[in-house]
Amino acid sequence: MSMDIFLQQLLNALSLGGTYALLALGLAVVFSIIGLINFAHGELMTVTGYAICFALIWGLPFPLAVIAGLVVAIAAALLMERIAFRPVRGASGTTLLLTSFAVSAILRVLFQNIISARPIPVSIPSSMSGVVTIGPLHLGMIQLISIVVTLVMLLGLNLFLHRTMAGRAMRAASEDFAVLRLMGIRANFVVATAFAISGLLAGVAGLLWVAQRGSVDPLMGALPVLKAFIAAIIGGLGSLSGAVAGGFLLGFIEVILQAYLPDSLLPYRDAFAILLVIAVLLFRPQGLLARKTLVKL
Amino acid sequence: MTTSDEILLSIEGLTVSYGAVEAVRGIDLTVKRGEIVTLLGANGAGKSSTLNALVGLAPRKARRMLFDGTDLLALPPETIVRRGMTLVPEGRRVFSSLTVDENLMLGGAKHAARGNPAAVKTNMLELFPILAERLHQKAGSLSGGEQQMLAIARALMSSPDLLLLDEPSLGLAPQVVDRIFDLIGNLRDRGLTILLVEQNVVQSLEIADRGYVLANGRVELQGSAADLRASPEIQDAYLGA
Ligand SMILES: Nc1ncnc2c1ncn2[C@@H]1O[C@H](COP(=O)(O)OP(=O)(O)OP(=O)(O)O)[C@@H](O)[C@H]1O
Ligand SMILES: [Mg+2]
Repeated sequence: MSMDIFLQQLLNALSLGGTYALLALGLAVVFSIIGLINFAHGELMTVTGYAICFALIWGLPFPLAVIAGLVVAIAAALLMERIAFRPVRGASGTTLLLTSFAVSAILRVLFQNIISARPIPVSIPSSMSGVVTIGPLHLGMIQLISIVVTLVMLLGLNLFLHRTMAGRAMRAASEDFAVLRLMGIRANFVVATAFAISGLLAGVAGLLWVAQRGSVDPLMGALPVLKAFIAAIIGGLGSLSGAVAGGFLLGFIEVILQAYLPDSLLPYRDAFAILLVIAVLLFRPQGLLARKTLVKL
Repeated sequence: MTTSDEILLSIEGLTVSYGAVEAVRGIDLTVKRGEIVTLLGANGAGKSSTLNALVGLAPRKARRMLFDGTDLLALPPETIVRRGMTLVPEGRRVFSSLTVDENLMLGGAKHAARGNPAAVKTNMLELFPILAERLHQKAGSLSGGEQQMLAIARALMSSPDLLLLDEPSLGLAPQVVDRIFDLIGNLRDRGLTILLVEQNVVQSLEIADRGYVLANGRVELQGSAADLRASPEIQDAYLGA
């Protein structure tokens, strides 16, 4: 394999893994605080995709459309919390899980009926889909952008969690929510912050996903959020660094399988990936980086 | 410091139930400003449930629950703490993956909007020099005694008028226990009012002004610390006379 192809595969793995990492992180941030696995997280990606799509159709320039998409993602996450999850806060894990399935299903139906069941093309600026030539190497622009954006998000979140009062409160809440309230910090504020962050992370992931594929459809978020869920489990549900590690690991596994599986087995790529996950969990049922107390990026 | 007659906390008919389990069955309790009041009783008597109910962390019902003139029944824990009553929970429960500094700053979150948690922290580190030495260590790496100091300091960061302490001496070596009791006396001398839950009956009654003894969720005995020390029930059950 030439250097070109190897590097390109590495970039593919990093950019795919990075997107999974952002999504898994969004799941983990919420799970670590209220014990909810939010299966409607994928719909936050989809909402972002539609928001960007319509903003562009209305004639907004691309950067503004991106900002609009992210604002809509955060707002949708906050609304989800307020309308669907706050009323069942503190209920059993199963209740929370079923609620999130319901939210997800309702949103998909709404997308299908109000917008369209079919994919809508999104006109991504051609500058993003080009190829960058560095000496003898030709690398995909969008992959490079994905990787940079992922790193910026991870660094930003890390700074937020360690340098701000709200960030410290989130880390503390993941250890002991009741005692955090004894600090005079409002429970609703902490939960809303967690959802806002997960919305932002899903929004960024949605943006990258749409930029790579050039279209939005009602089920767009389904597969990536399933992958993110797997990544979060591999990393140890609720551990933020685990979610990131799990996301990148899954990205690498998929890209390697894609590159090396014989053609006849390629359709089973995801099955092989899940097999590896099962293997990981057999040896470390609590996940790779799970700790008794959570969080730390 | 002398006790005033101003009633800071007054509770009537407090019950705490966890499903079918009735942990506290209608107790009355008052704390006057400047007092140390101790709440004694065997394991499972309902002491922690009482304190947790006061700050809104346990499911509670009461005919009356007044703190400094405000009705506590409708308020969530975060508001109660902001009004000036806070709890150092049983088992310390410091945020172990956060540094000592971060634990303290969270304790002072109430001052973050206006005022300045950093100034309160400076005072706190004078009161607890050991925490100044450990400031950037993870709270989980501290010894049990140091963690208890941190838990108390963190609670004091909210500048409370009334401090609820749940078994601060639990699991600590005798010298450390003495230091904690010295500290409690010190805090009272600085004007803090304290409701102290303890299993350490002797030391608690030495330091307290008044006390209540709980059994099976009811007040079995109450009175001045001196009277309680002399009472046959306490003598038999706790002082081994
Ligand atoms: N969260 C809870 N859910 C169900 N039952 C509880 C809960 N907390 C306490 N109990 C029960 O309520 C009763 C009183 O418990 P509580 O913790 O208030 O006692 P305590 O006096 O603090 O005891 P200890 O000295 O052991 O700390 C016990 O029977 C206990 O098992
Ligand atoms: Mg107790």
